[in-house]
Amino acid sequence: MTGAIYAEDLIPEVKPSAVITNGTRFENNRATRESTWVKYTVLTIGLAFFTLFLLVPLVAVFYEALRQGMDVYWEALIEPDAVAALKLTLLTAAISLPINLVFGVTAAWAIAKFDFRGKQILLTLIDLPFSISPVVVGLMYLLLFGSSSWLGRWFIDHDITIVFAVPGIVLATIFITFPFIARELIPLMQAQGREEEEAAVVLGAKGWQVFWYITLPNIKWGLLYGVILCNARAMGEFGAVSVVSGHIRGMTNTLPLHVEILYNEYQFSAAFAVASLLAILAVFTLVIKTAVEYQHEKKQGK
Amino acid sequence: MALAGSKNFSVLPGFGPSLGYTLVYLSLIVLIPIAAVILKTLEMDWASFWSTVSSPRIVATYKLSFGAALLAAAINSVFGLVLAWALVRYSFPGKKIVDALIDLPFALPTAVAGIALTAIYAPNGWLGRLLEPLGIKIAFTPVGVLIALVFIGLPFIVRTVQPILEDIEIELEEAAASLGANRGQTFWYVVLPMLWPALLTGFALAFARGVGEYGSVIFIAGNIPMVSEITPLMIITKLEQYDVNGATAIAVVMLVFSFILLLIINALQAYTAKKTGRSF
Repeated sequence: MTGAIYAEDLIPEVKPSAVITNGTRFENNRATRESTWVKYTVLTIGLAFFTLFLLVPLVAVFYEALRQGMDVYWEALIEPDAVAALKLTLLTAAISLPINLVFGVTAAWAIAKFDFRGKQILLTLIDLPFSISPVVVGLMYLLLFGSSSWLGRWFIDHDITIVFAVPGIVLATIFITFPFIARELIPLMQAQGREEEEAAVVLGAKGWQVFWYITLPNIKWGLLYGVILCNARAMGEFGAVSVVSGHIRGMTNTLPLHVEILYNEYQFSAAFAVASLLAILAVFTLVIKTAVEYQHEKKQGK
Repeated sequence: MALAGSKNFSVLPGFGPSLGYTLVYLSLIVLIPIAAVILKTLEMDWASFWSTVSSPRIVATYKLSFGAALLAAAINSVFGLVLAWALVRYSFPGKKIVDALIDLPFALPTAVAGIALTAIYAPNGWLGRLLEPLGIKIAFTPVGVLIALVFIGLPFIVRTVQPILEDIEIELEEAAASLGANRGQTFWYVVLPMLWPALLTGFALAFARGVGEYGSVIFIAGNIPMVSEITPLMIITKLEQYDVNGATAIAVVMLVFSFILLLIINALQAYTAKKTGRSF
């Protein structure tokens, strides 16, 4: 490619912004277009890497799950321990999700709509669960509520079991999924600014009315994705839950822990059958994400 | 750390309650459990702490966990950039699906990823079967750990580089071309310098995640002492031996490392924002 100036490049582009993401903006411009062999080399390397590391593992889950036929697959899903694990997983998500939803919206409101000192420190603290190993998280709750701490002994004296029981699993899950909704909402609400809410207040709206009629409609798609992602992580958490659960079959086993037990017992088809449920959940999460992004682009294109 | 003291008066309601609730909840769920680990460590004497965290078997796990996480982040930086470039700059069939599936490691439970990767790379697995006659072993070796960490880390690089690549002003590349640069030179001297902060941030995020990763690694690692054991596994092992102090000591080492990396990531993100927010 030579360095000459082409007339076509000097004409300013007047395409709608929806076109920006599909790559034609760069490919139609001589200054940003690579030669064909570079393009196909990049595409081949990128897509080969994608296939090897992301696509093949996803396909492998379903292939291995169905390898011994639908009967074996179905058998693994309706087996009592699997059903108990499914119930516990749903319960854990049902408790941790609303709690983190309320936190996420509240924290995003405080951070996005007001200026205060120490905001950066607060943001860093909210990000903490992202960078702590899940196993360390499990250990933290074990130390806090185990029999060796005074808090743990107090609960034991009052016949309340936290670790190696459902409350411990829920607490560890809340910690792991703590930042997801807040992190989804904060940049969104910061980008939207405060003018609309301020106008509503000046016109006489009460606090809840401002949130319900102004803020919520603006953030609903981001909120939906935050909730779905939080849900996927809550149902799929393994390391932290593994430490606090005690692995009691039919009692404190979540779906990921059940997968581990089946796998370690060499019941591979059953393990992959249960795993396929979680993989379907993951794919569903990504579909919702794509839909949310599409809505977002449509809104911006208007 | 002073959180109150807003200089600008705001007409919006709910600052006090929302910030108060945020701080209380943050303290209960995050800060108090972290404090529990630190308090537990303070009960230990230095000699037993040190002998735990510096025993040969544990040091071997640091080498594997940190080494594999570094290498995986480096591999992802190269291929993640290639993928991000393909997604932003080219149109190809199935692009929407590829773009959506990049986030798979965020959404797929780690244990599921772990058994899937093992099924692929085990000696009798999909790819393992093809590699075995060549004398290449992946599952149940340190290479298996690396494969799992590449899987886990990929979206961090793609998702930090992609938006920056989309926002680069096309005029800069046009200017480079009009001044006689070829595409290679434009990429190397104009585009890449703008991507460095995002690449470094993605690298640090993938590295941090890789060091602490547990679920996707333990199935494929084989967990052979001194060979393919990762640091988080040692916490579990100590707990199974009812050695809570030993587990806590290792956890503290990992926590300190997490904090340091978090500070670096924050600084990198601030740097990225400053660099990309600047008008050229």
